[in-house]
Amino acid sequence: MADLRQHAEDIHAQFADTLDVSVEEIEERLETLVDEYKVPAEEARRSIVSSYLDEAGMDRDELGGGGGGGNELVQAADIDRDEQWVDLRVKLVDLWEPRSDAISQVGLLGDESGTIKFVSFQTSDLPKLEEGTSYSLGNVVTDEYEGRYSVKLNRTTSIQELDEDVEVGDDSTEVEGALIDVQRGSGLIKRCPEEDCTRVLQNGRCSEHGEVDGEFDLRIKAVLDDGESVHEVIFDQEATEELTGVELEEAKGMAMDALDTSVVADEMKAEILGLYYRVRGPTFGRYVLADEFERLGPVDAGDALIKARSM
Amino acid sequence: MSGAPTREVARRVFATEFNDAQYTFKESDEERAPVYALLPTGERANRVFVVGTLTETEDVGSDSEYWQGRVVDPSGTFFMYAGQYQPEAASFLREAEPPVYVAVAGKPRTFETDDGEINVSLRPESVTAVDADTRDRWVVETATRTLERIQAVESDEATQNEYVSMAREHYADEEGTLTLDQYRRAALGALEELDEEEAEAEAQPSA
Repeated sequence: MADLRQHAEDIHAQFADTLDVSVEEIEERLETLVDEYKVPAEEARRSIVSSYLDEAGMDRDELGGGGGGGNELVQAADIDRDEQWVDLRVKLVDLWEPRSDAISQVGLLGDESGTIKFVSFQTSDLPKLEEGTSYSLGNVVTDEYEGRYSVKLNRTTSIQELDEDVEVGDDSTEVEGALIDVQRGSGLIKRCPEEDCTRVLQNGRCSEHGEVDGEFDLRIKAVLDDGESVHEVIFDQEATEELTGVELEEAKGMAMDALDTSVVADEMKAEILGLYYRVRGPTFGRYVLADEFERLGPVDAGDALIKARSM
Repeated sequence: MSGAPTREVARRVFATEFNDAQYTFKESDEERAPVYALLPTGERANRVFVVGTLTETEDVGSDSEYWQGRVVDPSGTFFMYAGQYQPEAASFLREAEPPVYVAVAGKPRTFETDDGEINVSLRPESVTAVDADTRDRWVVETATRTLERIQAVESDEATQNEYVSMAREHYADEEGTLTLDQYRRAALGALEELDEEEAEAEAQPSA
């Protein structure tokens, strides 16, 4: 059970300053949960950490990954599990408008491998990060929502400005093909207005907050198919307007006239279905987010013919 | 995440090959298991994407509307049928004014005629009007994909491909030969035609 030993050592490092427990003790408790009670290792670790937090009278927020920055230094694109304590060397690429008063800063961090969203909360009382500046961040914790990863800064996060400039790599992918399907939930949609919730409403209901007065938005979830593979693509409001030529206000008007929001998606489908596109952007779960896209124009049959004759 | 069934890719196939894809099969006993048409070039197709000229539409239904559309590509004609269960496609065909370039995503369907012949047709999921550039791009893409499939059949690894074996089993002649030359000629012919058109267009600069 080398795995459990590792978990035990991690936990031990996290509590070394506050509690007097040995690695062996922790490992034993892990073994009990995993071997006897058949609890998955991650869950066992979580539960043991919780009990030690209680014992020490600490918040999860205060918990380090082993004494402020003693974690593994990871690359943004390699983050693929939640609740991991990690260190990052990153540049602040972009700051976004916080959707909630509880959030101090939200935006995008980047390193050579790509970019990742970050959030820092008011309660953590951290200095504000500046756009375009590179930092060494110790003790941030990873988070996951619908297959998308982010990092949360917290009270124990160490922030050190770097003299050098961290180069930000491009983690976006490019897909192309015929746009052969527009999925449900496209066109004029309503989103939950609750703080920090942007869920799309189904029949006026948010799966988290129940019946709410939604806010209109435009979105297209489409399928690009090149005959060999299928890619799902999301166009946000701006991209949808550019793609279809239908703007949000106009879409609302159309829906109002028809007393039905589905006319918007129908109109959009007629514009874009069957056409070829190339789309570039980051991947979120199974979707490529269309940061940039272009309609594919005329082909060169001569080139294709030369290739075909050589086959 | 992996719970959702993966979406079936839309194969690119010219009408001449599509209309020969008379053998259909399922890969599981489940009622809702996908139906595949077996392409003679050794590939299964649960869905196809076609761009061509809609030349004719006709309501061939007796009790309720049942629209037939003929879509012509460089190699032949696809027949598509849309009734009450394909309301969007049916309404497109009702209102269309041929000739017009159309893009069709749809499922291959077969039916047996009274004299025992098997007809292959297209049940559209979507039909939209498109432009000539899109048609040309589809022709190039479909020619390329078709030639790639033929090349795969003729390659050394072909014996290990179950759909190639299946194609030999169902489409080979009495001597056991699977003839694909007509599809190769259709693909090359389509490209040549397009190339000539392009050359002509270049020779006559538009006024």
